[in-house]
Amino acid sequence: MSRSTRPTPESPREYHFPKFDRRLLANGMKVLVAPTHNLPIVTVLAVIDAGGVAEPAGQEGIAELTARALNEGTPKYDGEALTDYMEHLGTSVGGAAGWDSASVAMTVLRENLENAFVHFAEVLVAPTFPVPAIERLKAERQAELMQIESEPRELADEKFDEYIYDLASRFRLPLGGTAESVGKLSRDAVVAFHAARYQPSATTLIVVGDVEADAVERMVAATLEGWTGPRVPAASANDSPARVTRSIRLVRKSDAPQSELRIGHVGVPRTHPDYFSITIMNAVLGGLFSSRVNLNLREAHGYTYGASSAFDWRREAGPFVIGTAVASDVTVPAVQETLKEVDRMRSEPISESELSLATSYLGGVFPIRYETTAAIATALATLTIYGLPEDWYDTYRERMSAVTVDDVLRAAHAHIKSDSMQIVVVGDEAAIREPLEALGFGPLDVVSP
Amino acid sequence: MRIPIETFRLSNGLLVTFSEDHTAPIVAVNIWYHVGSANERAGRTGFAHLFEHMLFQGSENVEANEHFELVQRAGGTLNGSTWLDRTNYFETVPSNQLAIALWLEADRMGALLPAMTQQKLDTQRDVVSNERRWSVDNQPYGTWWEKLPALTYPDPHPFHHSLIGSFEDLKAASLGDIARFFATYYTPDNAVLTIAGDFDPVEARKLVESYFGAIPRGKGKPPLPDMTLPDTFGGTLREVMHDEVSLPRIYLAFRSPALGDDAYYAASVAGAILGMRKGSRLQRVLVREREVAADVTAFTFDLPKGADILVVDATARPGVTDAQLEAAVVREIDRMRMDGVTQGEVDRAVALIGTDFIASMQQAGERADQLSRFATYFGDPSLINEQMDRYRAVTVADVNKFAASRLGEDNRAFLTYLPRDGAEEVGSEDAIGSSEVTA
Repeated sequence: MSRSTRPTPESPREYHFPKFDRRLLANGMKVLVAPTHNLPIVTVLAVIDAGGVAEPAGQEGIAELTARALNEGTPKYDGEALTDYMEHLGTSVGGAAGWDSASVAMTVLRENLENAFVHFAEVLVAPTFPVPAIERLKAERQAELMQIESEPRELADEKFDEYIYDLASRFRLPLGGTAESVGKLSRDAVVAFHAARYQPSATTLIVVGDVEADAVERMVAATLEGWTGPRVPAASANDSPARVTRSIRLVRKSDAPQSELRIGHVGVPRTHPDYFSITIMNAVLGGLFSSRVNLNLREAHGYTYGASSAFDWRREAGPFVIGTAVASDVTVPAVQETLKEVDRMRSEPISESELSLATSYLGGVFPIRYETTAAIATALATLTIYGLPEDWYDTYRERMSAVTVDDVLRAAHAHIKSDSMQIVVVGDEAAIREPLEALGFGPLDVVSP
Repeated sequence: MRIPIETFRLSNGLLVTFSEDHTAPIVAVNIWYHVGSANERAGRTGFAHLFEHMLFQGSENVEANEHFELVQRAGGTLNGSTWLDRTNYFETVPSNQLAIALWLEADRMGALLPAMTQQKLDTQRDVVSNERRWSVDNQPYGTWWEKLPALTYPDPHPFHHSLIGSFEDLKAASLGDIARFFATYYTPDNAVLTIAGDFDPVEARKLVESYFGAIPRGKGKPPLPDMTLPDTFGGTLREVMHDEVSLPRIYLAFRSPALGDDAYYAASVAGAILGMRKGSRLQRVLVREREVAADVTAFTFDLPKGADILVVDATARPGVTDAQLEAAVVREIDRMRMDGVTQGEVDRAVALIGTDFIASMQQAGERADQLSRFATYFGDPSLINEQMDRYRAVTVADVNKFAASRLGEDNRAFLTYLPRDGAEEVGSEDAIGSSEVTA
């Protein structure tokens, strides 16, 4: 075994995604338990159908505000006492909102699970939402929005969403809401949103770690079976694009030494049957370090520290976007190289070597993704949110390996829309306006943040 | 919880740590080289990090860009990172792919230079220049991580200068510099190798010996200048930056005991009492009660030589001035220094640190990295198993002693960021963009 001979792999050891048990409480709440016993630790994750797409019109940001306010007080403890109690148990319980769901999560040592869970449950079902806490969280969101104005990456992400979605789409505005929409939110609106959406039938409780399913079911039933309420109507979002022609927008950021580029369009819903071929196609285009856009923009040209592409998977179509940051003076060549890679993806089949790189990577990293209780819980949440089949993770690698070069070409044709590509550039107008106008991508729309 | 550990040393000086865990069929390979920006010579700031990029450009038996591709094709994840005093490289792969990860690491440790070309160096210089623009120059507050070490470690201390480096120095780096740096620092006796996860130790040892065994020992590296520093700055240091930021932010640093010192654990607990999670003093008082801060945290740099720094990082709420924010932070610091902390606060901090530690140990890559850390800094990876005991041994008196001796006006460094537009309006009497000492 000298270094001049490349090693070849031995045969792989089998891996199975952790087995999980599904239980249904009398109140309609679903419970998923995945026992893993390597360390004395447990993650508890409640997934509630109370994400951004469930917001009443004109209340953009209410989902996130409600989720963030959950741990600000319960009938037993005010916010400060609750924080103190949980942190003495070595954990924190916190809420967060996504587009398709809200979640409440904690990771706790096994020995503290029962004590911590009592309060986890209170946070979920009986938050008191004190007015001062609501007002403080609103002010924190306003501070966050101010910060984003000077942070080019997040600014580019937000400006891209705003540019590509139709006026009537919730996806056009940030999940956390705008300065205007958040300003109008009130405690009453938070209470009403919680009452409408946080119901047992709309909730799945996921418990992963050093536990057994029967004991978890007993613990959860003892704490939460008295929680009852009506069924919640399913929420969905308008995902229409703003336009179907190529177009380009420049967002001014004076003296920026780099241009933040976002190139793409409205993508594909998570449950689309082409999910696997799209995932492989994206890996080859910009999902891996050795992907086409990264090797081109970074390694061949040195334009950037990194370039990547992604489909943002949601129940309805989230954005498909290629993103990078390049020195201002190479903005136009970087856009041109990116578009060249997009067209090549659509016009010719990928090589067998590119295909095998993507499939072997996605198959191989699969067990590496699920080392922690938190990651396994998140995977089970994905199953729940998108209604994927129970054997999704058992067949994942097989289905990924079955994708062919032709499947990838078909996916590129069907799901990368060269003719309706949208470009957003956040950068220094003085340095890049003229070259962008000369790019031939239609009239340049120039706006301030 | 005890992490199983087995160590041995090859005759060329490479210290090897094995830690078996067969939960999942994956294995982590992790190498730390005991070299960082501290080892750069004058006029070559940023070189250690640029060099890290060159290690992904191929070696004698590996083509350019093949390193990433081979690991990803094997179904693995990988990266590298550079810090003030070390550089690490790591892969997590399916366990049947251990050999390829070891082979790649050995090939670049044994024979990097045949693959180095001027063109690769030029490209990576451009990539790193863009990394600098992305992470420092075009990022609000992005210069803090070169300004704060510069303010708190006096020139010519090895931690004083910029890790990412200046464009000018990056431009000056040559292939000759690459060859010298490689010969001096990228040697088996200046590195540690850790394998953690699902592997057979007998087989793995054979692989390590055959791939790494023939790599010659180095000729020794130039000693770093004396790193020791007085316990305090000897005054209050200040620097004010007018930058493209929306809200004022203050980085307040205290010189603190080096990692590994008993007093380090007291400092770390003090930091957690001040800024870890919502129940910490600064978050409770500044964010929740007084609503003067949008966000506040505290952390240590974890440097094991000379002196560490404990840093409080507070961002103002809209409408709150830097002076108001600073007064509120200082009030809490003084309260801790004068009145001390409670047993309950120490318990809360140690409980949170304990859960985080166990949660992080679920990942093979994280276990390997921590084992390499203790192997590099102290020659003893098994110190990982003492960490929680050392935290649990911290008493109220230890924290109070740290607070009383290190949080005073004689040991504070303020790096303050102000929105550029508000420069005139906010107007502080401090010299803009310069640092000074007031006793």
